[in-house]
Amino acid sequence: MNEKSFIRDRLVPVGSILLVILIAWYVAAYSMNAPFQRDFDRRAGETRTTAEFLMLTMTQPKPTMPAPHQVASNLWKNTFTVKPWSKRSLVYHSWITLSATLLGFAMGTALGVVIAIGIVHVPALDRSFLPWIIASQTIPILAIAPMIIVLLSAIGVTGLLPKALISTYLSFFPVAVGMVKGLRSPDVLHLDLMRTYSADKLQTLWKLRIPASVPFFFTSMKVAIAASLIGAIVGELPTGAVAGIGSKLLAGSYYSQTVDIFAALIAGSVVAILLVTTVDIVGRFVNTRMGARSQ
Amino acid sequence: MSAFRPNWQALLSLLATIYSLTALPFTATMNPAWSIAAVVILAAGALVSMLRAASSIQTTALALASFGAAALLIVGLADASGTATAGYFAALVAAWLLGWRLVTVLSGDGSRGSQSGNLISITVPALFGIWVLILWECIVRGAGVPFVLLPPPSAIGLRFAGSLPILAADFRQTVLKAVLFGYVVGSLTGFLVAILADRFRFFANGLLPIGNMVSALPMIGIAPIMVIWFGFDWQSKAAVVIVMTFFPMLVNTLAGLAATGDMERDLMRTYGASHWQVLLKLRLQAAMPFIFNALKINSTLALIGAIVAEFFGTPIVGMGFRISTEVGRMNLDMVWAEIALAAVVGSLFYGALALLERTVTFWHPSYRR
Repeated sequence: MNEKSFIRDRLVPVGSILLVILIAWYVAAYSMNAPFQRDFDRRAGETRTTAEFLMLTMTQPKPTMPAPHQVASNLWKNTFTVKPWSKRSLVYHSWITLSATLLGFAMGTALGVVIAIGIVHVPALDRSFLPWIIASQTIPILAIAPMIIVLLSAIGVTGLLPKALISTYLSFFPVAVGMVKGLRSPDVLHLDLMRTYSADKLQTLWKLRIPASVPFFFTSMKVAIAASLIGAIVGELPTGAVAGIGSKLLAGSYYSQTVDIFAALIAGSVVAILLVTTVDIVGRFVNTRMGARSQ
Repeated sequence: MSAFRPNWQALLSLLATIYSLTALPFTATMNPAWSIAAVVILAAGALVSMLRAASSIQTTALALASFGAAALLIVGLADASGTATAGYFAALVAAWLLGWRLVTVLSGDGSRGSQSGNLISITVPALFGIWVLILWECIVRGAGVPFVLLPPPSAIGLRFAGSLPILAADFRQTVLKAVLFGYVVGSLTGFLVAILADRFRFFANGLLPIGNMVSALPMIGIAPIMVIWFGFDWQSKAAVVIVMTFFPMLVNTLAGLAATGDMERDLMRTYGASHWQVLLKLRLQAAMPFIFNALKINSTLALIGAIVAEFFGTPIVGMGFRISTEVGRMNLDMVWAEIALAAVVGSLFYGALALLERTVTFWHPSYRR
């Protein structure tokens, strides 16, 4: 094997596959919008040239499948040409979702770490609680999202917190499971060494277990923050399309505004990529500073 | 050597039991004699657990005391919800502490292998689950939490048993149609595309970063689009499930196919094996743990995808539909019944996959004893 080159092994393949996806998207947009356009023209009694027809399938106001440039222009319009704090701005909606995501993620991570520390130190918790944590992963937790929102609004808790709680619920599992693994990762030799220093449990935790768990911590946080965003978006569905990316999706589905839905999806994806990348970069930085080998 | 060996759970439990005597009877309708009986049982259990006795005697005494007292406390709530006194809750806490002590005794000193019989590893989590249900039932009914906020488990159980036909119809619509179809098609296409991509380096190099990125995206958001494209029935939900399950399978299979070492591959080359022979006999075998990991992730994703997609529009049947409408009508017991159904389906699905994994990847180090 010769040396890895970024351009040959990364940029060209990824770029060409993205290009194929873009072309496939245009083809799909044409073929999915054509029946409606044909029908429309027949009723209006118009005959069109092929080029004209092609153009029209790409510029429908409510297309079945919006063409990429329609989505792009919608994104541009709702991101850069309107004030970021106006209700039409995707920046505003993304911020609403992002704030719920971050709050939920912070609470979920803290909860996950506390649970993991408990499980590692209390055998009874390990035996009785850990199986339930794993089992609860198999339960479609998002199903109760609407109920949590409705319940909390019934007792007067509205706004950011209910959504954040759903995010918390989704994000604490990966952190708890990953941290249990991480806190148990020091091998017997190191634990024995701590014992020869006559370190107590707290010192072992602080000086050995927690540093050893840092790589696991960041890996599980990457999963957790993605889950947290999903939680925040789904949490916005039952609130009845007030604000946030989830509400844009719901409003789009009510009024069949496919362009809006796609734009909101892409906004959500951008937020997801930003979040995961941030965690990744911070993780790399911290790992390097703590002396981990770079990969 | 003293005959006593105090432990903090039993001591606290005794304190709580003594405190509960200050507020007899526990509830409006509870017979004072029964309240006293609960107190006596609790105190006896706490005292026996502090004796230096064989662990079998201790576990029996603790189990009898904690569950006996809990049973009395639950029975005492009949027709008296919301009237529980502070003493009632003190007794409940005492019973729970004894339950905790029981779990601690059963778990041993934490050293794995000392007592790790199969029976214990099932009993301990089961005890935990039962205690969650007991506390939920007693607190919700004892404190008179409004039914629309949180129904007690007994009401959920009754509702579950009483609406089996509806639940069966929802199960058929959501799980048998949307989830199964989408899961099988999505996982299979992900797998096949990964096999193809693996044949051509260029494809794999391009697909892996994209797949990794897409796996982190909130794919659930495509649900409204699929509902617009494929209509309200199960087909749109299956489409969501296909898209959601495709990428984890693709990424995991690609990672799994890359998991074999140079040594094994070289060995296959010395045998003169063709690409497909190496794939079938070596690399797919090595990829199985990764593939099963994807199958497990997908089992959860598929259920979530189908249920959430139903929030965007359905015919008048389906688990997601039932959840969103019954929340609106404040029939919380029905919602919880659906969630219980989803939990059971999800756990069975996962459990079946785990069993299959054990048989297929029996060689994996994690199953060694």
